Order: sequence, then structure tokens, then C-alpha cells
Amino acid sequence: MSVQVWTYLLVGITFALYIGIAIWSRAGSTKEFYIAGGGVSPLANGMATAADWMSAASFISMAGIIAFSGYDGSVYLMGWTGGYVLLALLLAPYLRKFGKFTVPDFIGERYYSKTARIVAVCCALIVSFTYVAGQMRGVGVVFSRFLQVDINTGVIIGMIIVLFYAVLGGMKGITYTQVAQYCVLIFAFMVPAIFISLQMTGNPIPQLGMGATINDGSETFLLDRLNGLSTELGFAAYTDGAKDMIDIFAITLALMVGTAGLPHVIVRFFTVKRVKDARKSAGIALLLIAILYTTAPAVAVFAKTNLLNTVSNKEYSHMPKWFKNWEDTGLLLFEDKNQDGIIQYLADNSKNELTVDNDIMVLANPEIAKLPAWVIALVAAGGLAAALSTAAGLLLVISSSVSHDLIKNVFNPNISEKGELWAARIAATLAVIVAGYFGIHPPGFVAAVVALAFGLAAASFFPAIILGIFYKKMNKEGAVSGMIVGIGLMLYYMAKFKLGWLGEIPDNSNWWFGISPEGFGSVAMAVNFIVALIISRFTPEPPLQVQEITENIRIPSGAGNAKMH
Amino acid sequence: MSDQQKKATAYWKKNIRYVLVLLAIWFTVSFGAGILLKDALNSFKIGGFQLGFWFAQQGAIYVFVVLIFVYVRLMNKLDKKYGYNE
Repeated sequence: MSVQVWTYLLVGITFALYIGIAIWSRAGSTKEFYIAGGGVSPLANGMATAADWMSAASFISMAGIIAFSGYDGSVYLMGWTGGYVLLALLLAPYLRKFGKFTVPDFIGERYYSKTARIVAVCCALIVSFTYVAGQMRGVGVVFSRFLQVDINTGVIIGMIIVLFYAVLGGMKGITYTQVAQYCVLIFAFMVPAIFISLQMTGNPIPQLGMGATINDGSETFLLDRLNGLSTELGFAAYTDGAKDMIDIFAITLALMVGTAGLPHVIVRFFTVKRVKDARKSAGIALLLIAILYTTAPAVAVFAKTNLLNTVSNKEYSHMPKWFKNWEDTGLLLFEDKNQDGIIQYLADNSKNELTVDNDIMVLANPEIAKLPAWVIALVAAGGLAAALSTAAGLLLVISSSVSHDLIKNVFNPNISEKGELWAARIAATLAVIVAGYFGIHPPGFVAAVVALAFGLAAASFFPAIILGIFYKKMNKEGAVSGMIVGIGLMLYYMAKFKLGWLGEIPDNSNWWFGISPEGFGSVAMAVNFIVALIISRFTPEPPLQVQEITENIRIPSGAGNAKMH
Repeated sequence: MSDQQKKATAYWKKNIRYVLVLLAIWFTVSFGAGILLKDALNSFKIGGFQLGFWFAQQGAIYVFVVLIFVYVRLMNKLDKKYGYNE
């Protein structure tokens, strides 16, 4: 069977599976819609969290980004996993004990203020919308590359599928489809990685193959070979990287803290039964995520070495078929600057003749390694699973922010359970349409902003939640001003140094403390903490009743069910 | 302070101790070994890996997973000891 047929087959089967699960797990109450009824097992929640978390970017782009940035790519590996330690130790158990439906729920009640809730809703919406647009685009891109349909048609097909199970099933439907999606995506990622590791090093475990010797009888370590190839062509040694240490530090911290502050991740811990389940499912989630995250750097090393060996200083006319295929998609660009018919891939931009898109490292890897057609099709199904699962999780946060936090708790507290459920479904539908619109007409800043969503989450939620749990005397004045100053500062820095909304983008040498916009979330978070602590000193203490709530969430027993209020 | 409160305070103190120790390890393997001390550690090699690079792209992640499961175990024990388990 051809790649095309395999792809239709595998994508068709997985989509049918997702829809089947959605019909089986329809939500009948708001509690089921927001938190899947609160009875999800730690294993299922761990798998759902892992799928929720690993987006199109993790699946398709990350290995490629690492392949082209070497050591610098470590910021994503440590940043996007280390956040789970913070979640498990500092947030998840207490938020579960608190037992509500959304992150703004916690902020609103702990800080006894509608203003705090509304500020939190705005932060949740800003973070989630920037993130979800990228996912819908990812769905479209996978469709167009593997099934030769138009990107826009791809986005619309993706919208319909997500709409179906997010609107019908709410959190309950999303949870169980995410469990299936995790299985699909991890299988799809591991199979080619294992094949390639075997081919290149003879070791079936990619994590070990990465540090092994090459299979060509030369007894050279793979990483030494790659370092040699890179420096020969004028790049930094693969294991050294090019970024400043302070920037690496700041970006890693911002990604870790941002991960722990992302509402669509936090809300998953509301769905388990007991506090101890929240801790355990954070561990399971990270274990399942780590499988992909420790494989990705290995894939990066294999793919980069393979690519350099295949193309560097080779004749263009002798390139294999995959080279021409990917040239057609525009992901590979060859421009014979010195007209010698040979591909020069060099660090020096004026002489370099080959431009390679990051995404190709995962998407074309099976072809480069000459793997069978079904493996190539599997990658397409995996990429779609990764994009759809993350999109659905984000859409749920958006719809519950609107129906629960705004309509139920601010504008119309008397709304009936049925009415609220309808409001949630309508909000989810609107959110899908808006996300799809951004997927089809991506504003230029979307790609830039997705990476910054973490900075925004770090600068807004993280300090407010941590202080709410660990500092009994933190009051609403402190928390609200901290959040506003934190997210405001982050938005300002983004606008100035990344988006160029405040006139021309200044040179990198103007960065504050040498920290890039991607890493600035750490600074904005620190400022949030400081502002919150100072303001709380000069304003009245929180009411005794609130201080008692804070003491109560520190004790794990009696978590019970999420209460309506 | 009532007995209930005393118990709760003691439990919380113990919890904070665990968290601080585990976070110290969290910081050491990632920001320490993977970033600040990376160049020094790179002079050691295990297999084909330079040690600092290995921590940044592999080791830190393994330790993170272990840390969470250690915390789960410690807290399950602590919950039992203080009668907060369910």
C-alpha cells in the first residue's frame, strides 16, 4: 500500500475512535462538563495530562528545534518537564483539596474578590487563545503535508472533530479521548525513533543510542561525530550551543514556571478523586511525558547527523527522492549560489545554499531513514493526535472561563445548571470558531506569541496561586496588583522586543539583564511576587474566614467532591 | 492551640521540609548541573555523553520523574502517620 492509502487509513481509524469515545462519554451535568465528574483515575488522568500537554509543537517541531540549536535546545527539555515537579510539589494537591472547577475559581475565592476573579479570567483567556491558534494551524499543516488537502480544509476538518467531542463530552469526553490520543502519539513518536536508533547505532533504545558509537565500524561516538561535522561547517559545536548562560537560565525558569501556571494543565488535577491521586497523577503524567522528551533529543542527534551525511557537499543531482518531495512543500530550499551543482550547507549565511525547516526533522525522518510506508503514515496520525488533544484542553478552559467564571459567578448567579451547561457548550462552539479563524488567517504574531504564552502564565498565575497556598496573610490587594503588574510588564516587554508594536524592535544588546523575551517571564514573575508582598504589607489582612480556608487546603483529608456554590 | 491545630501545624512543617529538600535537588540537577556547572561537568564523559550536556538533555528529566514519585511516597506515609489518609 502507498503512503497515501496508509495515511488515510490510520487517520480515519483514529478519528473514528475519538468520535466513538466522545459519544460514549457525553457530559450530562456541569460537573461532568468541567471536571469529568471528579472521579478520573490517576492513571487515566496522567495519560490525559500528558496528551493535553504535548502539543503539535512538542510532537512535530521540538526535535527539529533541538537538532538546529544543539545544547541551547535543552531549555525546552528541562523547562517543559521541570514544571511538573513544581506542579506536584507546590500546586496540584492543594488546588485539588480546594475542590473547585477552574483556576479563576481558586483566585476569586481565595482572594475573596470579583475583581481578582475577572483579572484571572482575562489572564486565562489571553494565555489560552494565543496557544490554541497555533494548535489549529498545526492540524492544518499536518493535513496539507500528508493528505495533500489545502491547509484551510485541514483546519476545518480539525475544527469539526474537536467541536464534536469538546462540545458534546466536555471534560469527560476530552479526558477519555486524550487517553486514546496519548497512546497514538507516543506510539507514533517512538516507532521511527527506535528504527533509526537501531539503524545508526545498533541500540534499540534511542536514549542510549544517542550516547553510543556509530554503526559504521569507525568506533566514533555519535555526538563526537556530530560535533566534528558541525564545527567543520562553521556552526557551534552541537553540545555547546550559542546562547548566553543567563538567557538559558531565564528561559528554562520561565518555561518551568509557565508550565506550572498554565490553566489547561492545572485544571486536569481537579478531575481526580483524592488529594493523593493529584500527586500521583502528576508523577504519572511526567513519566509519560518524559518518554517523549528524552527521545526527542536523541531523534535530533540522529536526524541531524543523517541530514549532514546525506546532503553536505553532495551533488544535487544525486539527492534521494525525499529531498525533492520536501523541496516541493517548501520545507527544504536549495539555492546553488556558486553554481557548482554541489550542496554547501554552511553557518556563513552568504555562502550557505540550503535552508531546512525545523519541522522536517520529525516529519521527514522516516523517509530519510527509508522506513516503511505505514511508519510514515503513523507520524501523520500522531501529529494530529498531539494537536487535537491540546486544542481540546484549551477550548475547555476558554469555555469554562466564560460560562462558569463570567456568566455563573459574575453576571448571572441565578442561572440554572441546565442553562450553565448550555452556556458552556455555546462558549465552546464560539471558541472553536475563533480558534479556527486564527488557524486559517494566522495573525503574524501568533507563532511568536505561542512561545510567550508561558511567560504570560508565569508572570500572572503562578505567584498568585503559590502565595495563596503558602502565605496565609496574602490579601486581595496584593494578589491583584501583582497579577496586573506582572502580566502588564510581560506584555510590554513582548510588544517592545518581540512584536515591534512600540516602534522598531531594539537590538538584542538592549535586552534587560541580557534576557530575551522568551525568558523574560522569570523577571516578570519575580516582579509579581515583590509587588504582591509589598502591597499586602500596607493593606488590611484577609478576613479570618479566608485564613481558615488557607489552613484547610493544606490538609489532604476530606477533599470530597467539588462543591457547587 | 488545640490538638487538632497542633497536629496540622506539625504536618505542614514536615511537608515544607520535604518540599524544600526535593526542590533543592530539582534546582541542582537542572539549573546547577545542566546550566551553571555545565562547562565544568563537560570535561567528564559517560559513554559518548559529556556530563553537563547529558544532565541538560537527559539526566535532569529522569531525576524530575524520580523526585515526584519520592514525594508521593513520602506524603502517603506522612498522611497515614497523621491520620489524614483516605
